[in-house]
Amino acid sequence: MGEHPTIGAIENEIIENFSMFDTWEEKYEYIIDMGKKLPPLNDAFKTEEYKIKGCQSSVWIHSYEKDGKVFFDGDSDAVIVKGLVSLMIQVLSGHAPQEIIDAPLGFVDAVGLSSHLAQTRSNGLRAMIKQMKLDAGVYLIKSQRTTDKG
Amino acid sequence: MSANQTYDVQSIRNEFPILERKVKGKPLVYFDNAATAQKPKQVIDAISHYYSHYNANIHRGLHTLADEATAAFEASRAAVQSFVHAKHHEEIIFTKGTTESINLVANAWGNVFLNAGDEIIISTLEHHANIVPWQMIAEKKGAVIRIIPIDANGKLDIEAFKKMLSNKTKMVAVVHASNALGVINPVEEIIQLAHQHGALSMIDGAQSAVHLDIDVTQLDCDFFVFSGHKIYGPTGVGVLYGKKQLLESMQPYQGGGEMIKEVTFEKTTFNELPFKFEAGTPNIADVIALKPAIDFMNRIGKAFIRQHEAALLSYATEKLKMIEGLHIKGDVAEKVSVASFTIDGIHPQDLAILLDNQGIAVRTGHHCAQPLMSYLGIVGTTRVSFAAYNTKEEIDILVEALNKSIKMLK
Repeated sequence: MGEHPTIGAIENEIIENFSMFDTWEEKYEYIIDMGKKLPPLNDAFKTEEYKIKGCQSSVWIHSYEKDGKVFFDGDSDAVIVKGLVSLMIQVLSGHAPQEIIDAPLGFVDAVGLSSHLAQTRSNGLRAMIKQMKLDAGVYLIKSQRTTDKG
Repeated sequence: MSANQTYDVQSIRNEFPILERKVKGKPLVYFDNAATAQKPKQVIDAISHYYSHYNANIHRGLHTLADEATAAFEASRAAVQSFVHAKHHEEIIFTKGTTESINLVANAWGNVFLNAGDEIIISTLEHHANIVPWQMIAEKKGAVIRIIPIDANGKLDIEAFKKMLSNKTKMVAVVHASNALGVINPVEEIIQLAHQHGALSMIDGAQSAVHLDIDVTQLDCDFFVFSGHKIYGPTGVGVLYGKKQLLESMQPYQGGGEMIKEVTFEKTTFNELPFKFEAGTPNIADVIALKPAIDFMNRIGKAFIRQHEAALLSYATEKLKMIEGLHIKGDVAEKVSVASFTIDGIHPQDLAILLDNQGIAVRTGHHCAQPLMSYLGIVGTTRVSFAAYNTKEEIDILVEALNKSIKMLK
């Protein structure tokens, strides 16, 4: 395995992928496909604790830390939303907490997702991003405490 | 229009400017009428005309603009009075919507008449707006809320309701037509039964006022509430009808200008009806623009519109049922023009996103009726609801778009 690309590099790759779609159908078929391919979240994490409020569908995001990097997995009962969860995991999982917190995530606008999803639904996307960044913040604080003690 | 004329849906569509617009490059198909109806040009023009020609505060000013605005405002009240067949114009109170009307009744009536141990009966079909205000006043007063059960098709269990009634029952507050399913409740019978036990009745007409003929005098309900924006009128204006004697015996809901007769720092005497319940400067422009909405329905004829909508509903129901795995929720004979459904293995939110990309506006989710959804054991439905300007061709577009969406999702 080579060096994990930066968040910015992954975003650029996604923007390039989406630029190949000529129609809304192709774009959503891609997102639906991503949703279908995302491995289901362990039932132990499909609880209120990991559920994200503010979505019309149920969305769960679970995170863990390994070797200073934050990893995410997640799920949703709606397949398009699950595709968005998958997209966010692809971008944010496996990076240092600070990199996740600082990520501007411009690709959401660039691939036309914020305009294609109405306000109420994109609130769900925003809630998802907010939760993932919050989780990263928690790991950052934990790592700083460990450093202080050491 | 008379009964032997044909229903000219195209000329009706021409009265609604918004129907000309495109969404995502496709002609708009608007099937979210139960959330809010679109507005005919006369309604839009009335708002603009008011602000351009006679904007003034009402009931107090001694100048021409104030006189004109007051006359237009009161003409709207008269139009509403005749729309619901109330005996007196002062029985019509303007609020900002159904929700405020219910809160007004729950508080202004409940604060005076509810005591610990008293019972308020609502139904499983209620919108949150006809649940939460009652929960709040019940908690404050120590009253108890009881729920009329329904069957799997959304029909009220009237026998169970009869058994709930007792001398403890003080209020029966039920929805006329369910917003989530479209099912029409037998409110006439419910009101009679409530009265036989000395209880009052409040009918939530948010979904019924646009479709059914409303005659509060014949119904004999004590309160009837609805919103302007669901009857082709503006947002921000609602109606509370209440029997005069009852309204007089209630406390004011809010204090302020307009609702007072005399104020000293020691004591305030309240104004008479309807102003006692209309504190502050009301939503003058939108109240005035409610009249052209009522005029629109009267001109076309509510019975004529109802016939058109019933034909749309039966056409849509037939076509929808042909889709594999689709289940209509609330599949009963007596319903307003709402088709609410689930499709096996498909989340309503996914459907709404894909339909929106095809220019079609529907409503998905729990429809602010979470207790009903949990009773039906579903996360939500997809709801299509029809209005005077919808067409069979639009239903064909919907069905085609649904089939395409299902194919994409499966």
